[in-house]
Amino acid sequence: MTQPAAGLSRARYGGRARYGSQTLHAEWTKLRTLASTGWLLLGAAALTIAVSVTADAAATCPSGGCQADPAKLSLTGVQVGQVMVAVVAVLAVGNEYSTGMIKVTLAAMPRRLTVLAAKAALVAGLVLAAGAVAVLASVLAGRLILPGHGFTAAHGYLPLSLGNGPVLRAACGSVLYLALIALLSLGVAIAVRETAVAIGFVLGLLYVFPVVTSVVGNQHWQRHLEQTGPMTAGLYIQATANLRSLPLTPWEGLGVLALWAAGALIIGALLFRFRDA
Amino acid sequence: MTTVTPYRSAERGARDGFGQLLHAEWTKFRTVRGWVIGMILAVLIPAGLGVFVARAAIPTCSSQTSSGQQGPVQHGAACGGPIYAVGPGGVLVQDQFYFVRQPLAGNGSITIRVTSLTGLGRGTDNGRPVGAILVPWSKAGIIIKDGASQGSAYAAMMVTGANGVRMQWNYTGDTSGLPGAVSAAGPRWLRLTRDGDTITGYDSADGTHWTHVGTVALAGLPSTVQAGLFVTSPEHSTYSSSLGVGNGFNSPTVSTAVFDHVSRTGTWPAGTWTGDDVDPEDLQVAPGSVGYHQVAGRFTVAGSGDIAPLIAGPLNRGPNITVRDFLLGTFAGLIAVAVVAAMFMTAEYRRGLIRTTLAASPNRGRVLAAKAIVIGSVAFVAGLAAAAGAVLIATHIADSAGADVFPEPWATELRIIAGTAALIAVAAVLTLAIATMVRRSATAILIVIVTVVIPFVLSAPPGIPTGLTDWLLRVTPAAAFALQQPAPQYYQVQANYIPSSGYFPLAPWTGFAVLCAWTAIALAAAAYLLRRRDA
Repeated sequence: MTQPAAGLSRARYGGRARYGSQTLHAEWTKLRTLASTGWLLLGAAALTIAVSVTADAAATCPSGGCQADPAKLSLTGVQVGQVMVAVVAVLAVGNEYSTGMIKVTLAAMPRRLTVLAAKAALVAGLVLAAGAVAVLASVLAGRLILPGHGFTAAHGYLPLSLGNGPVLRAACGSVLYLALIALLSLGVAIAVRETAVAIGFVLGLLYVFPVVTSVVGNQHWQRHLEQTGPMTAGLYIQATANLRSLPLTPWEGLGVLALWAAGALIIGALLFRFRDA
Repeated sequence: MTTVTPYRSAERGARDGFGQLLHAEWTKFRTVRGWVIGMILAVLIPAGLGVFVARAAIPTCSSQTSSGQQGPVQHGAACGGPIYAVGPGGVLVQDQFYFVRQPLAGNGSITIRVTSLTGLGRGTDNGRPVGAILVPWSKAGIIIKDGASQGSAYAAMMVTGANGVRMQWNYTGDTSGLPGAVSAAGPRWLRLTRDGDTITGYDSADGTHWTHVGTVALAGLPSTVQAGLFVTSPEHSTYSSSLGVGNGFNSPTVSTAVFDHVSRTGTWPAGTWTGDDVDPEDLQVAPGSVGYHQVAGRFTVAGSGDIAPLIAGPLNRGPNITVRDFLLGTFAGLIAVAVVAAMFMTAEYRRGLIRTTLAASPNRGRVLAAKAIVIGSVAFVAGLAAAAGAVLIATHIADSAGADVFPEPWATELRIIAGTAALIAVAAVLTLAIATMVRRSATAILIVIVTVVIPFVLSAPPGIPTGLTDWLLRVTPAAAFALQQPAPQYYQVQANYIPSSGYFPLAPWTGFAVLCAWTAIALAAAAYLLRRRDA
């Protein structure tokens, strides 16, 4: 009588091959059932779109022409939306520590790196989805609003279109940028284990580079800081004008952010693997 | 039989005093190592960033400048940087105009009539010549000045391009006279009289009915002064208000005024007029375009430049670096303080300590007040240390290396340092109140960062539309960053007043009031919720 039950059990819960997908499923259930995840992702998209639209509406291109980059301008909201994205990622880890859930998680799924990989994959996937919505809406808003503010063909600006190579790169890159910010935040959160501290650290790290760069008059320092900062370098991906004046190409810039994210994840993973939970 | 006396504690009965509550909250703060470390970081990070900014501001060919020099101050002069004139009170000034002058010995007066003021722009605006343009603050009139050297004390009566008759003195003083533009049909009569240190200005539309415009005292005016006619004309500038720095252009202008009915009282020993281009800077103005000629009591004077305080920042004429730049790290210190302040409340909920706290002090409003006082005071001290450290150390580094830094009167520097501390303290209380409402540190920090830190961060680098950042810096609690404004905005000086140069849309204490108002609302809501809700 017990034979079928045992077989069932082995089929459903045993076996190495299914371990990964089950971890993924467990992590998905945790994230999905947390009310804050949905609200924060919604907030990230809403904030990104709102700030982008406000920036479009506040910009003007006078009759003499301007040096603005309409693609970058219409994606301004990413600079604010990333705050929400960072919080989503931090909470995915931090909530487990603050509630003690992490002990249950690791008892059920002792392979810690698999747990971390599952978390990273899920958070990145969710952010990619929310980011795609936010970025598409921002570009659409730019396409509709900017021509009314002087960004017309007469001033040398075509309406924003994803059919335009650089604009498509800026849009897709912005979505990837948000996902990389999420991974960076996840790595930091695993390392410091405290939600509040992780959020403060990530946002301080992101914003300190553009703020300090803005007052450093020394060109050498300015380029150095800009191409090192995760936010400043990562946002090169949004540039569609004056590419030659950038210290790095757009994809190299995003690569710098990817290195930051990888570094944070590796440190986080090492600490997660070898430290008591 | 022995009588059993009930046990009585040796401790005396104590009141449920607010002092004890404060002491309890202070003990809670002090004994959590992470929070103390957080506050120390809130001091070290801004101070360190200030030092970094100062070092990065040093010109690459830096060398020591001689100190204690008089006259023009050399900023970044080691690198052939600009040399600024210094006006009364230590204000950096531009003192550049065409001066038709004579010495005036002792008391006396000068009266003239202005019949015309026209202007011409010398540059090109996107390839098109600027052409005839009368900038709003072009100035023509009479001036009494302590010598012809730059930065010396003066008082002047003038007609302007678009701001009517004005009396101005010592670069920053300004008061209005008759409105309206000057023309042959509607001339303006101007008079300045000197009596000791006191100079009085009058204006008139017809030369018979005079109106008193202003009286100013110029301390230490020598007995012989330079007096006469002057014309000056600031640059015509278009700053795109949409994207901050990077979209402005300046074009030098020359204004020409026609004067007649020149009459004088008092002793004028020279007897003839001298034309003098004060500070003939290389302005790309066509040679010979400034000067004067006199035909039968009619003076035609053309001048270029401005008599005005210098405004700091890129695209403006003043130094690029201000004390505020040394305090850029304030936002990072603010994040650290917000993290601690949020956890100061949320940790109570997470550990269930709130039940003990409220059992010990059932008056919940007082608990909130004690927490606010403790975290506010600690944050104030940390903010004071951070701001004083950043400003004093960074100023020392920059000054000793001859960097191009905007000089501050000590009162302004004090307001910036104390204001930064107050900003951090009130922001900490705001965070505490929000944390009390939402009970979760992540949410509380998210709210504080989005409303206090992000508006500031967006305003720092150029590229974000200034319409957006201006609005944010008016309505959000980040308005309090105006406390770090390094120099006043002068309505009588056209310049690029943008947040990234340190010019905020609100006045310093008005901006602080916005933060205080938000904090008061949040505290009231927090007290209400704390009382109403189960702990």
